[in-house]
Amino acid sequence: MAEPKSKYDRQLRIWGEQGQEALEKASICLLNCGPTGSETLKNLVLGGIGSITVIDGSKVEEGDMGNNFMVDLQSIAQSKAKCVCAFLQELNDSVRAKFVEESPEALIDTNPAFFQQFTLVIATQLLENSILKLDKICRQYNIMLIVARSYGLTGLVRISIKEHDVVDTKPDHFLDDLRLNNPWPELKQFAESIDLYTTDPVVHKHTPYVVILVKIVEEWASAHGGKFPSTREEKREFKELLKSKMISLDEDNYKEAMEASFKVSLPCGISPQLHQIVNDSSVEIDSSSYNFWVLVAALKEFIENEGGGEPPLEGSIPDMTSLTEYYISLQKIYQSKADADFLAIEQHVKGILKRIGRDPDTILKTTIKNFCKNARKLMVCRYRLIEDEFNSPILTEVQKYLTDEDYSVAVGFYVLLRAVDRFTSNYNRFPGLFDGEMDEDTSRLKTIAVGILNDMGCNGSSLSEDLISEMCRYGGAELHTVAAYIGGIASQEAIKLITKQFIPLTGTFIFNGIDHKSQLLFL
Amino acid sequence: MDNHNSVSGENRWRDLDKLLVRPGNIVGPNFEPGPQLRDDLQAYAKVLVVGAGGLGCELLKDLALSGFRNLEVIDMDRIEVSNLNRQFLFRLQDVGKPKAEVAAMRVMERVSGVNIVPHFCRIEDKNIEFYGDFNIIALGLDSIEARSYINSVACSFLEYDSDDKPCEETIKPMVDGGTEGFKGHARVILPGITPCFECTIWLFPPQVKFPLCTLAETPRTAAHCIEYAHLIKWNEVHGGKSFDADDPEHMQWVYSEALKRAELFGISGVTYSLTQGVVKNIIPAIASTNAIISAACALEALKIATGFSKSLSNYLTYNGAEGLHTKVTEFWKDNDCLVCGPGVLIEVDSTTSLQKFIDLLREHPTLPISKPSMVHRGKNLYMQAPPILEEMTRSNLQLPLFDLMGRIPKDVIHVTGTVTLNDRKTSALRKLRIVFKGNVDGVADMDMAGGA
Repeated sequence: MAEPKSKYDRQLRIWGEQGQEALEKASICLLNCGPTGSETLKNLVLGGIGSITVIDGSKVEEGDMGNNFMVDLQSIAQSKAKCVCAFLQELNDSVRAKFVEESPEALIDTNPAFFQQFTLVIATQLLENSILKLDKICRQYNIMLIVARSYGLTGLVRISIKEHDVVDTKPDHFLDDLRLNNPWPELKQFAESIDLYTTDPVVHKHTPYVVILVKIVEEWASAHGGKFPSTREEKREFKELLKSKMISLDEDNYKEAMEASFKVSLPCGISPQLHQIVNDSSVEIDSSSYNFWVLVAALKEFIENEGGGEPPLEGSIPDMTSLTEYYISLQKIYQSKADADFLAIEQHVKGILKRIGRDPDTILKTTIKNFCKNARKLMVCRYRLIEDEFNSPILTEVQKYLTDEDYSVAVGFYVLLRAVDRFTSNYNRFPGLFDGEMDEDTSRLKTIAVGILNDMGCNGSSLSEDLISEMCRYGGAELHTVAAYIGGIASQEAIKLITKQFIPLTGTFIFNGIDHKSQLLFL
Repeated sequence: MDNHNSVSGENRWRDLDKLLVRPGNIVGPNFEPGPQLRDDLQAYAKVLVVGAGGLGCELLKDLALSGFRNLEVIDMDRIEVSNLNRQFLFRLQDVGKPKAEVAAMRVMERVSGVNIVPHFCRIEDKNIEFYGDFNIIALGLDSIEARSYINSVACSFLEYDSDDKPCEETIKPMVDGGTEGFKGHARVILPGITPCFECTIWLFPPQVKFPLCTLAETPRTAAHCIEYAHLIKWNEVHGGKSFDADDPEHMQWVYSEALKRAELFGISGVTYSLTQGVVKNIIPAIASTNAIISAACALEALKIATGFSKSLSNYLTYNGAEGLHTKVTEFWKDNDCLVCGPGVLIEVDSTTSLQKFIDLLREHPTLPISKPSMVHRGKNLYMQAPPILEEMTRSNLQLPLFDLMGRIPKDVIHVTGTVTLNDRKTSALRKLRIVFKGNVDGVADMDMAGGA
C-alpha cells in the first residue's frame, strides 16, 4: 500500500527514508502525561514513531479538562496514562502505544533497569530529585534523555547524553566544496580545454563560473608571483579583472564569477571545528570505539596523507549558468575526485578496523560514502550530567548571564525553576499554590533562590523582585500554550536525536513566554 | 454516581485562572485581574482562525484550551493524505472532507463548552462585515497572497482621528504564524501601531523562477527538466488543455517527460517525488514546528484578549534545525503604508461620476486597482459580483460619486479589486480617503487644495 509514503510525504522531504526508518524503529518512554508530555508525544506519534510507553500514576481530574487535549469528560477519575495513550493511538495506528499506571518517581526509585529497553526517555514535569536520579540511570544504560518542563510562562528543555555524533548535520548555509583556492590537476585540465576568449557569444555567456575563476585566477597568479589575491585591494582588482572579461552586460556567468570570487582566496585546509574533532581524544581508537570514531580516525589519516591537508571532496556542485555539456562534464570531474577520495578513506577504514581486531567490512560502503560527503560538517555534542551542572556550573557564564540584559530574565527563570523544585520538596506544594499565602511564599522562594545562587558561586547576586513574585503568581500552573510550545521543542529534539540528523540543542533552553526572548544557557 | 461526568467549571480552569485572577508586576497595560476576566473572555472574545491546516488545527486546540469559547474557522480546502503527518484533527477516513468542518467538530468533541463555527469557503467569499465581527484574527496560512488579503481586510477597519492617530477601538489585532520545515515565525499585528503585513512585505523574498531559456536550451538540473515538461512541453503537446497539479495522470505525464529530457541531457535525479515537489511548490512541513509556532500565536492572542502578560513585540523568528535559535525583532511600521496607513488620499471633483472614478483608480500611480467593487459606510456603491448585485448597482455608475456618498465633503470608502503583486494578480482591499473639490457645500476650494 502506497498510503504511508504519501502520509509522511511532507516530512520525508526533510529527513528522508533513512530518517523515517530510524523513527519507526525507536521506542520512547514518556514520564508524566500532562499537557507537556501529551503534546510532545502527539508530534512524535503523528510522525510515525515506532512505539511509545506512557508512564503516569495519576487519575484524570477536572483541572485536566482545562489544559490537556488528550483527555475528555469521560476520562475523569480514570488513569491518565491510559486515557492519553488511547487518544494518541487514535492519531496513528501504526504506532505501538502502551501505558503503565505508576508514578514515575516510584519507578525511578524501584526499577531503574526498566528504562534500559528504550531508545529515548522524555521526562516531563519531574522535580529535581527524580531528574538527577533518572539522569544517572540513563547515563549508565546509555539511553538518551530529554527533560522538559512547563511552568507558568516559563519552561525549559535540556538534553542529556554522554555523546551524540552527527554525520548528516544538514547545515543551512554551508559553503560549497569547490576547491577554487586549491584546484586539482583534472579540474585545471578541464578549465584549460575551454577557450574563455571564444567568439561565440552563446558559449561565452554559458561558460561556468568555476571554469572562469580557475582560469582567471591562474592568469592573476602568473602576474603576481604565483600568489592568489589575498588583500582587500587585490580582491577588488581581481573582481575588476573578471569584469573586464565580459563581452556584454547580460552575462550572468560572469556576475556569478564576481560574486563567488572570494572563494579563490579562502584559506586551505580544514575548519577549526573539524580540527577539534580529528584531534579529539576519542580518535585514539580501540576495539570498543564507536564506528563514528573509526571513521574520524580514517579521516584524520586521509587529511594527513592523500588529502594534503584537505578533507575528502564532497563531490556535488551547485547549479550555475552553463551550457549543459560543460556543466555535466564539471559534475563528472567533481564526482570522480570524490569517488577517489572515498576509495582512499575506505582503505584507511579497513586498515584501522583490522588494526583493532574487527572485521574490516563491518562498516558499510554507503556509511563511509555518506561520511565522506559530510566530512566537513561533522558534529560532536556532549552533555554534562545534570548533577555536575548543578554542582559546578561554569561560573564565568553564570556571571555573564546575570549581568547581561539579554540573559538576565532567562538565568533568573533558570534559578527560579530550581528554587521551585526545592520549595516543593520542602513544603510539598508549589509556591503560590494558594492565594492566601502569596506573600509568604514569595519571600520563602526568594530565600531559596538566593541560596541556589550562593551554591552556584554567585554570592551577593540577586534576582529581580518582579520575577520572583511572577514565579509565585504562576503557582505551578501548566498553561496549554506553554506546554504545546515546550512539547513541540522536546519532540523536535527527539526527532533530531533519533534520526541522527540536524544539530540537537546544546545547553539548557529557557523559555520566556513574557516577551519570547528565550535563551540557551551553557552551564 | 455520575458526578464524575459533570464539570462545574470552577476547578477546570485552575491553571489558567492563576494567571487571569491574580495581579502581577510584569503584565500588559490593560490587565484587570479577577474572575470576571475569564468570564468576559469566554462570553465576549470572538476569534477567527484563518486556515485549518497544520497551524489552524493547532490554533483551534490551543485557543479552546486557553479559555476562548467563541471561535470560527475558515478554509476552502479538503483533507488530503499528506496532511495527516501533522494536522492532528484529521484521520484517514476524513480524507476528502472539508478541513474547516472536521477540525471544528473534533475540537468541540474534546473540549466541552467551546463553540466553533466552520466556514468551508474562500476567504474572499466572505464580506467585510463578517470579518468585522471578530476581536482577533489568527492566521494559519501558507501563502503570501492570502495573508495579504486578510491583512488588508483587518486594516480596512482602522480609523484615524483628525490628528492621524489610530482610534483604538477600530484596531483589529492579528496574530500570524508561518512554518517551513524546522523554521517558522510568529508575529503580532496591531494595525496602526505595529507594522502590518504589507509594511514588511520585503520579509518574504520573491520566489525564484528559472529563466525560460535555461529550461529550453541549457538544462542542468532535475528541476530544470521537470519545469520544462511542466511549463513548456505540456502546452506544446496539449494545446488548450490546462495543467492540473492535482490530477495524477497529468503529474505522471510531466514526470515521464522530465525523465526523457533528463536522459537526453545526461542529467540525473528526476523522481516522481521531486516532480511533485517542484510542480506544486511543496513546502516541507512537520508537526513540531507547527505546534511551536501556533502555541506562540495562541499565547499572544490570549495576551491581547486579557493583558495577562506583556506582548511579543512584534516578530519572532524560530529555527530549530541547527541547535535552537529564537529571535525577537521589533519592526517599525511604514507610515506611508497603503494598507494600514490613514488611507490613500484621493481628490476628485464633486461632479465626477462613479464610472469616471473607477477609470481614475485603474490609472492611479500608487494603487492601480482594477475591477473594483466599492462600499461606503456599509452601502454598496458598485459590486462586480454576483451578477444580481452588479445589476442592482450598475445604475450608480452614471451618478456623481459625491451624491452617492451623501454629499459629505470628505469620507472613507473601501475598494476591493485586483492588484498585481510579485507579477501575480491578486485580490486586495484598499482604503481610500475621498476629498471632493469643486462645488462642495460649506467648503471652499482653496481649503481643500491645501489638504493634498
